[in-house]
Amino acid sequence: MPETPTIFALSSGAPPAGVGVIRVSGPGARDALLALAGRVPEPRRASLASLRDGSGALLDTALVLWFPGPNTATGEDLAELHCHGGRAVIAAVENALTQLPGLRRAEPGEFTRRAFANGRIDLAEAEGLGDLLTAETELQRAAALANAGGALSRQVEGWRERLLGLSAEVEGVLDFSDEEDSAALPECFTWNISALAEELGEWLVRPRSDRLGEGFRVVLAGPPNAGKSTLFNALVESEAAITSPIAGTTRDVIERAVAIGGVPFTFVDTAGLRDEDVADAIEAIGIDRARTALGSADVVLWLGPEGEGPIGAWEIVAQADRPNFIAKHSARFTVSAVTGEGLGALKEALVGAAREALPKPGEAALNARQHARLSEAAEALEAARLLSDPLLVAEELRRARVAFDRLIGRATTEDMLDTLFGRFCIGK
Amino acid sequence: MHSFDVLVIGGGHAGVEAACAAARMGARTALVSFDLDAIGAMSCNPAIGGLGKGHLVREVDALDGVIGRAADAGAIHYRMLNRSKGSAVWGPRVQADRVRFKAAVQAIVRAQPGLTLVQGEAAALRLEGGRVTGLELAEGTVLSASRVVLCTGTFLGGVLFRGEERFDGGRIGENAAKRLAAQLRGAELPMARLKTGTPPRLDGRTIDWAVLEEQPSDDEAWTMSPLTSARVNPQVFCAITRTTQAGHDAIRANLHRSPLFSGAIAAAGPRYCPSIEDKIHRFGDREGHQVFLEPEGLDTPMVYPNGISTSLPVDVQETVVRTMPGCERVQIVQPGYAVEYDHIDPRALTPDLQVRAIPGLYCAGQINGTTGYEEAAAQGLVAGLEAAAAALGKRGPALDRANAYIAVMVDDLTLQGVSEPYRMLTARAEYRLRLRANNAATRLTGLGVEAGCIGEERRLWWERREDLRKMFHVKHSQMVHARELADHGLPVRRDHGEKPISEWLRYDGVTPDSLSPWLADVTACDPVLAEEMAEDAAYAPYLARQDAELRDLRASEALSLASDFPYAEVPGLSNEMVERLSKAAPGTLAAAGRVPGVTPAALSALLVHARRRQLERQRAS
Repeated sequence: MPETPTIFALSSGAPPAGVGVIRVSGPGARDALLALAGRVPEPRRASLASLRDGSGALLDTALVLWFPGPNTATGEDLAELHCHGGRAVIAAVENALTQLPGLRRAEPGEFTRRAFANGRIDLAEAEGLGDLLTAETELQRAAALANAGGALSRQVEGWRERLLGLSAEVEGVLDFSDEEDSAALPECFTWNISALAEELGEWLVRPRSDRLGEGFRVVLAGPPNAGKSTLFNALVESEAAITSPIAGTTRDVIERAVAIGGVPFTFVDTAGLRDEDVADAIEAIGIDRARTALGSADVVLWLGPEGEGPIGAWEIVAQADRPNFIAKHSARFTVSAVTGEGLGALKEALVGAAREALPKPGEAALNARQHARLSEAAEALEAARLLSDPLLVAEELRRARVAFDRLIGRATTEDMLDTLFGRFCIGK
Repeated sequence: MHSFDVLVIGGGHAGVEAACAAARMGARTALVSFDLDAIGAMSCNPAIGGLGKGHLVREVDALDGVIGRAADAGAIHYRMLNRSKGSAVWGPRVQADRVRFKAAVQAIVRAQPGLTLVQGEAAALRLEGGRVTGLELAEGTVLSASRVVLCTGTFLGGVLFRGEERFDGGRIGENAAKRLAAQLRGAELPMARLKTGTPPRLDGRTIDWAVLEEQPSDDEAWTMSPLTSARVNPQVFCAITRTTQAGHDAIRANLHRSPLFSGAIAAAGPRYCPSIEDKIHRFGDREGHQVFLEPEGLDTPMVYPNGISTSLPVDVQETVVRTMPGCERVQIVQPGYAVEYDHIDPRALTPDLQVRAIPGLYCAGQINGTTGYEEAAAQGLVAGLEAAAAALGKRGPALDRANAYIAVMVDDLTLQGVSEPYRMLTARAEYRLRLRANNAATRLTGLGVEAGCIGEERRLWWERREDLRKMFHVKHSQMVHARELADHGLPVRRDHGEKPISEWLRYDGVTPDSLSPWLADVTACDPVLAEEMAEDAAYAPYLARQDAELRDLRASEALSLASDFPYAEVPGLSNEMVERLSKAAPGTLAAAGRVPGVTPAALSALLVHARRRQLERQRAS
């Protein structure tokens, strides 16, 4: 069996920082410690060491830790170097590691992949960690952390136990109908199914974790020259852009993802809406796209004439710095991108609305795959509740159980294969 | 020259099926038994079939086995259990006349071409280089064969208990195969002990039947085997009585004399069929327990009181049975007893029921930790087919959890092992809706024909039936408008449009009978098949949904794990996981998922490493 490569990566935040933690995982972790620190400390004990490169030059004085496998985060031998967090120090230590035989930089998600492949974490936890790695905002991180910590797995295990109890009752009726004690289902049976289905329902209506990736969608709309683009720029440009602006295929819809107060947003600027008979063909397409954007918005900021925007849109008075601005009776906010008047209040309100619509920090949220499996389980329970033939009730309960098993990867299913060979590129 | 392809040791339900199945496959087969006259004896209750068990009987029969036809030949009482529920859990059961059943089994065995009967005690296996090469009989004769099937039931290290009394032997009055047991123990196979029990047999002439509730045979025409054209024997009724407080008091006062409670028997017994002292001990609050009084035959007054298996001393047994209504003056003909016996941990077997450590040696029946005639027969069938197939370079029928209860049982046994005697239950089959007792022929006979284990008579019957099935499919696909159905008085709304018959069959109140204007001619050809096809149509949406699941299962089955897969080398697997997986030695990743206690995280680790090994092998070759 060819040796598994040993990987390393900076596992703390980007430098400069107070401390930079470099993790080394794989069969060469022990040799890497020996090479850099000159010795291997006692397992699981932090100890101070001088890190030197191949030529003996001092790189840093660091805390080093040694975790022999398999009872480690990745299931492999693991070393941690807690260096000083300056850019140059980190770069020098990483460089020295690269020089060692059999060591290379970890690919994105590779530590998680190894933990999963080595049986340290289950499917839902791995997905949580996967989300964690791509999390760019505080809110995303908190939600991913909840899943990575196994909150969802524990919840599903709990449901599964209850479901097994219900199944046992039906199976008793089917297989032991000769015994006097188990001739009929207890009266509370249907009630118990409903209670379980309701709990699933509560999870299903919660905001999904993939919403975090997309961010809260805010669409600016209104007639041409209403000040949409100026407000758009004011809203996004002062903030840390997460990605570069995604231009639509036409100039007419521009999206930009930013984080405000740790909450991910996607702001969308649209073509001015006006009667399509006065617009030319290209502009008409733009207007059409604008309407589509409106449909997928979480909030529409309406900069046009009062009452003419989509239902539920926030009435905004823009260009408040101009002497001839038109006030609105029901204006939520009156803002000026030029003076900055009202911008802070608008952002605050948007953050508030987004926090309501996105997963709560620390609360496990479902991704699209998990949502689909849980929906299947809920659907089966609903069917079971309405059926009277115990044989078919049992079949629906079994279907719910299969959905739970797939959710956490208990059954050896496509989900797991997909996750393993797709998301974590295992086997390549 | 005493040379055979397959040797079967034991003439119980497992041995009979194994020997006949091997011979049907074309293997030169010998059946070795202590006493050829005891072949086909029913050692415990006179019933065959029941919930889950009826499925096994029908499946063994569909592969041209013995038990279904013999049950019909001996049947003096037919009952379809669970009739009020969905047909997938119906349990066909008969009470069989012991003498007639045994005679039928012996007739089939003696008529089986290619099968030789050998009377003698199997003393020791012949082994060469760790492989089986034959069998030595107690009187010195050596029989050679590359495949030996052990169907020794409770004879292996069996000890009988009755109160303070102890006897060696599997059944009262017979010897235990002690030398063979010693040899198997010497081979360091994982072995354990289980116990089972039997109730006292009563003299029916001393029972006051008039005061008891009767349970008549049902008045339908079904039989266990479709090759049985009609019920042959006069039908008798069973009766129902109950244990009473007075009886319970007698049991409680003497619990210390039962070997189960005195500590003499430590092995686990079947939870599904507990002894009466167990029932009283565990469910002491119950005022009485139902007891079925089952006649053992037409020509004997013996009655089997089902529900009071016991190992209490004879005097207590007498007191207890006489407290039951209708039994105040009853005479015990033979007292009940408990048996403690050796069984092999079935996880030591591969899915063809071969002992992993001793190639060529197969085990079937109670020796594998199961209970029941039907479970034994089904395993005997598998072991016989597989042993013969291996000896002849053929393949046995492709049975799996999605097409046979037989495979469910074998898979459960070989992956999960047993902690109590294993009994079939419908709950064990995840694809229960497609595994109905009444569609066993459709599911399995074709596979049997392919494998070559189906005799001429059944093959012709099955071919005719397949033709008829095609006709049914045509009839079921004809389009009928809701208006027409409503005009014929069916409970269907007139605006429900036009649908094929198969879809209308899913509607409440639409039965095959009510569709007779469209189906009458085919239904008349085979009413039993008509019922099966109607059920297929009704369950179709559920089966379609299971198909996705099955595809998934097959994908996991495609990843095979060698029997010597180095679980200990898989990083991240805990010692407990390594031990569980090594013991069960699952053949595929799907099977690994069914090993109890294996966590999702462990499965993912296993998957990755199995894939890696596979890739490396491919690169290496």
